[in-house]
Amino acid sequence: MASVTQPGTAPRGFRISKRVLPYVLSLPALLVCIGILIPFFSAVLYSFQRYRLSQPWARQFNWGENYLNFFTDPGFWNTLRVSLLYAGTTVILELLLGLGIALLLQRRSTVNNFISIMLLLPLMTAPALAALMWKLMTNPGFGILSYFASLIGLENFRWASSPDTALLTVVLVDIWVYTPFIMILLLAGLRSLPTQPFEAAALDGVPRTFVFFRITLPMLTPYILTATLFRLLDSIQQFDIIYAMTQGGPGDTLTVFQVEAYLNFFQSTNVGRSAALLIILWAITYTLSNVFIKNWLRLRERARGEA
Amino acid sequence: METMSPLERLLRGIALTLVVVFFMFPIVWIFLMSFQTNETILRIPPSVVFTPTLDNYAALITGKLQTAAGTLDIAFMRNLGNSVFLSVVSVAVALLLGVPAAYAFARHKFKGSEDIAFTLLSFRFAPPLLVLLPLTQYFQWLGLSNTYFGLIWVYQLICLPLILWIVRGYFEDISADVEYAYRIAGHSWFATFRKIALPLAGPGIAAAGLLAFIFAWNNFVFALVLASADKQPVTVGALAFVTASGIQYGQIAAAIVLSITPTLALALYAQRYLVEGLSLGAVKG
Repeated sequence: MASVTQPGTAPRGFRISKRVLPYVLSLPALLVCIGILIPFFSAVLYSFQRYRLSQPWARQFNWGENYLNFFTDPGFWNTLRVSLLYAGTTVILELLLGLGIALLLQRRSTVNNFISIMLLLPLMTAPALAALMWKLMTNPGFGILSYFASLIGLENFRWASSPDTALLTVVLVDIWVYTPFIMILLLAGLRSLPTQPFEAAALDGVPRTFVFFRITLPMLTPYILTATLFRLLDSIQQFDIIYAMTQGGPGDTLTVFQVEAYLNFFQSTNVGRSAALLIILWAITYTLSNVFIKNWLRLRERARGEA
Repeated sequence: METMSPLERLLRGIALTLVVVFFMFPIVWIFLMSFQTNETILRIPPSVVFTPTLDNYAALITGKLQTAAGTLDIAFMRNLGNSVFLSVVSVAVALLLGVPAAYAFARHKFKGSEDIAFTLLSFRFAPPLLVLLPLTQYFQWLGLSNTYFGLIWVYQLICLPLILWIVRGYFEDISADVEYAYRIAGHSWFATFRKIALPLAGPGIAAAGLLAFIFAWNNFVFALVLASADKQPVTVGALAFVTASGIQYGQIAAAIVLSITPTLALALYAQRYLVEGLSLGAVKG
């Protein structure tokens, strides 16, 4: 492929036609990704089959039985409930926290810039490793957070090992890793807002709550939407933090979509159910990402325009 | 900006301190833990007073772990090597494939270009297991299971969309007029790309490469599904290490510190470009 794009090796006078050139340039990238599309179609196929790795001889099409079974399957409803609860809780809390921190750091100063750079560190920590860090800190024997919990009267607070607090623990890790993401996006948004409306409002002595709700927030909305949808898309698919922390346990407390699909595939070897779960998750993310991409494109055009 | 009352300054100060403590504490605590023996780690109440020791790092580097059950061989340095190799090669391949494609998308509005660009972007948002689980079977047929080649191929799912979309933005920011002038002077298309477009977009390409490196390094699920112990990067290796070493908490902490240091250092180095990269160019930093 590369040799075609090397005019040096081509005979004199040879010119790749203007129409073909873009295709030639993007073809290699595309070919690499097409290899990835094939397994996607296999997954669709599997989801319509009775397919267990332990009983390969019994593999046959069952035409949507995997999906129909979900209606009467409490395990599926648990997966849906936990996934939505996890995504909803993390995104709302991270949005509130991220917006708050961005507002605190809005004014450019050495200290504020330093803090905003420091806050990048959790975001750049691998989520799976972040979960391990919090696992060490919440160890019932010596974990510093277990010790803090006992100081405020919560003796034997078992964090991720208790069904009552497992969700809270993984949500906390998610907040630790991803709040900085929302923060830096909103901070960049805040700092790019035009200053005139704010100056005018200050001159007229408009109350600050009014300025925030009537000027700052509406102008920031496209950034908030982009950040929220970005996070929602990732959060509903969360795997790393939950798997590294509890493998979906205790019991089925944290079996969100991808964790449940992973366990179905490798532990109960039920490929059909696993694939059907992932297709449903894909349908959710596909819908969300269409809304997201529209909004994101608008913002991107605006960013390009300002550059 | 209006001036702040002393009370407001105080409240802001307290709020910011809490924020910094919450986000920095885990890193600091694990860092401190990595220089301690189990003896000081297991103290109740916990204390920050201890004699630092490098034993944990020494055990990881030599690969010999002393446990109650005897000496245990640990291949953590191998995991670290795998992480470096997989991330570096994946990013190199993604740059080689992605930069020309990004240039094509930025300069030529050809038929289907937006569709192709969006198809590539949609990989960023699809559930990874949807592709990975069937891929385990394809890789078995193709003989690619547990090979670096197969892993690097799959890592393109993370690196390529990132590079394509960020670098495309940088190419779009360069005025095409400079390139036309160079072309009119009789230079070939390839010479224009190499001598004009590439150097001008250089900083953007470097930033996209660094970000892609960080994302490849931090990936967990690809190698969890497709690689066995000898090919696993640190993210998967550390989890296996926790199971294997059981209660060697100092070594676990040291392993985590070694695993997160490269990405944290790169992030600080490239922080100027992070906002743009993380939002795929939607928000200018």
